[in-house]
Amino acid sequence: MAVQALDAERLPIDWQKLALPAVLIAVAYGLIPTYASSYLVEAILLPFLALSLAAVGLNLLTGYCGQLSLGSSAFMAVGAFAAYNFNLRVEALPLVATMILAGISAAGIGILFGLPSLRLRGFYLAVSTLAAQFFVQWALTKFGWFSNDNPSGVISAPHLTVAGFSLDGPTGRYLLSVTMVIVLTGLVWRLVNSAIGRNFIAVRDNETAARVIGVPVLRTKLLAFAISSFIIGVAGVLWAFTYLRTVEPAGFNLDRSFQILFIIIIGGLASIRGAFLGAAFIVVFPLVLSRLGAFAFGGLFDSGVLDMSQRIVLGALIIIFLIAEPNGLSALFDRLKRRIGSRSS
Amino acid sequence: MIGASLGAAAYERAPEISRILAGAGPVEDTRRARLSAKADAILTLSGIGISFGGVTALSDVDLEVKSGEIRAVIGPNGAGKSSLINIISGLYHANHGTIAIDGQPFARVPANRLARLGVARTFQNLALFGGLSVRDNIASGRVHTRHTSFVEHIAGLPRARREDAVIAEKTDQIVVFLHLEAVADRLVATLPYGLQKRVELARALVAEPKILLLDEPMAGMTATEKAEMAGFVRAARDRHGVTIILIEHDIGVVMGLSDRVAVLDYGRKIADGTPAEVRADPAVIRAYIGTAEGEASDELL
Ligand SMILES: Nc1ncnc2c1ncn2[C@@H]1O[C@H](COP(=O)(O)OP(=O)(O)OP(=O)(O)O)[C@@H](O)[C@H]1O
Ligand SMILES: [Mg+2]
Repeated sequence: MAVQALDAERLPIDWQKLALPAVLIAVAYGLIPTYASSYLVEAILLPFLALSLAAVGLNLLTGYCGQLSLGSSAFMAVGAFAAYNFNLRVEALPLVATMILAGISAAGIGILFGLPSLRLRGFYLAVSTLAAQFFVQWALTKFGWFSNDNPSGVISAPHLTVAGFSLDGPTGRYLLSVTMVIVLTGLVWRLVNSAIGRNFIAVRDNETAARVIGVPVLRTKLLAFAISSFIIGVAGVLWAFTYLRTVEPAGFNLDRSFQILFIIIIGGLASIRGAFLGAAFIVVFPLVLSRLGAFAFGGLFDSGVLDMSQRIVLGALIIIFLIAEPNGLSALFDRLKRRIGSRSS
Repeated sequence: MIGASLGAAAYERAPEISRILAGAGPVEDTRRARLSAKADAILTLSGIGISFGGVTALSDVDLEVKSGEIRAVIGPNGAGKSSLINIISGLYHANHGTIAIDGQPFARVPANRLARLGVARTFQNLALFGGLSVRDNIASGRVHTRHTSFVEHIAGLPRARREDAVIAEKTDQIVVFLHLEAVADRLVATLPYGLQKRVELARALVAEPKILLLDEPMAGMTATEKAEMAGFVRAARDRHGVTIILIEHDIGVVMGLSDRVAVLDYGRKIADGTPAEVRADPAVIRAYIGTAEGEASDELL
């Protein structure tokens, strides 16, 4: 007996997935560099790009491979400080090579702190990744060598040049950042759609079955930690070099790790698009809220009260949203698309 | 906790026993003759024992499986059937005894090498990858044949593409063999239960195993689905020559499908033989009567 075809819930075809990124890339290189104000670039696009990339990296590990991590910010810090030191200590090292070496350094630390995943799962693993968070921040503060014995511990990012072009201006930094994000996201996209990406999902969905059919579970987990940390490390370089323009351990604290975790939960686990939607939400929404708050109650409360109430409103909105749409913005996006599609046909 | 007795299909013993006693479907003698002709054991368990805390799940169990036969293992809930399969597949480690797979002896079977040893299995409770399509779930059954690295896959190098192509072809064959064409591109989690069971069989078969372990492949199915599944299991053996160990509660299915039946009760093997022999075995009748009530026992008396 043949099974009846059921049209609903078919998986989308790949070319449909490609159309939107193509348009976005055109906008990223065509419109934004010419038309975006430097406020838009400095305050919104640069943090958005760095956080998006970090979220893509974490989503690979947590969303696709099912390994919960609270150490993202530590891997960003490793990336940023490694890039700073490679740049400082290796003569005439090209910027791109610096970033790749920084990513590799973060991958090494990622593998080290990924080792407990061979034994621990879920919350226990998350707690052990906290160790990475505290250890890295402690080491970077404790040993002056990492910040070249700078007494304040806050060091300026180096000048950014690629092939003789200076990228120190907002547009230059934006182009550097957006290019790194597009290239790495493209590679991740290829990875998650390959047999290796399906191994990640197999380990996430049923580790025992994965092992029995021959998925190298230990190697797969460590690979997820390595690639994820590489990407998060590069995101750390972008955060420090293109957005903040300084390198300091304090910015890479546990709050940042949670922020990146929120991004992938709000955006949608195991979805590359979700990482970008979530990052946009986390970066833009507080700005909108604070504008609205200042506009509505500007004179009535001091800025401390406004700031606190914004956090509360943001938190409440996230909770309400996740109850309504547990699969995140990415799923919401799909639903809207389907509705528009069914209306037009 | 794979293979624990939780969530086992509800099965009523009374109708089973009447079916045993009535004699459900003879097994052709020709098939058995052919089997004994090439009577080399592909799998041998000797003196297997395992306990969990105070519970002895299996004690001193011997089992010999001949190449190409369908070997059923039956017994009441909690008899130790799933534990046996979990030991063969390396998920549990026996406290006593040894296992020989295709002549290779093990005290502990390495689960991560199981597929390469030519053993595939299904699970009593579904163990599919819910986030993957039916086709990708099935294709994952050949992951043990892959040798390519993530770099080759990201770069799309010829070796990775060839590997993908070979696996896609094998997957397509199994999709056709098990009539899964219409649902092949759907997310497996959206399928009805009976079809998910079939996808799990497909994932095991695509590995082209020498030995296939099926832990209640028909549990929770309707009569039609069961008959269909039984047909697939038999076809898998007849066409691909795979040796099958089958755990199943439906005695009708077991008697009709298997060449030999081993009966477990409280972790011990109480009978072993052809369906006809087992059906006539007083110990088996006692084991089943001992746990059943009402009309079935009356009927026997
Ligand atoms: N992982 C485990 N931890 C503790 N006890 C276990 C475990 N696996 C099995 N057992 C116990 O071993 C005994 C045999 O269980 P097993 O699952 O092998 O039975 P079964 O014959 O498959 O039963 P069912 O027909 O219900 O599936 C039961 O008492 C069970 O509770
Ligand atoms: Mg069982």
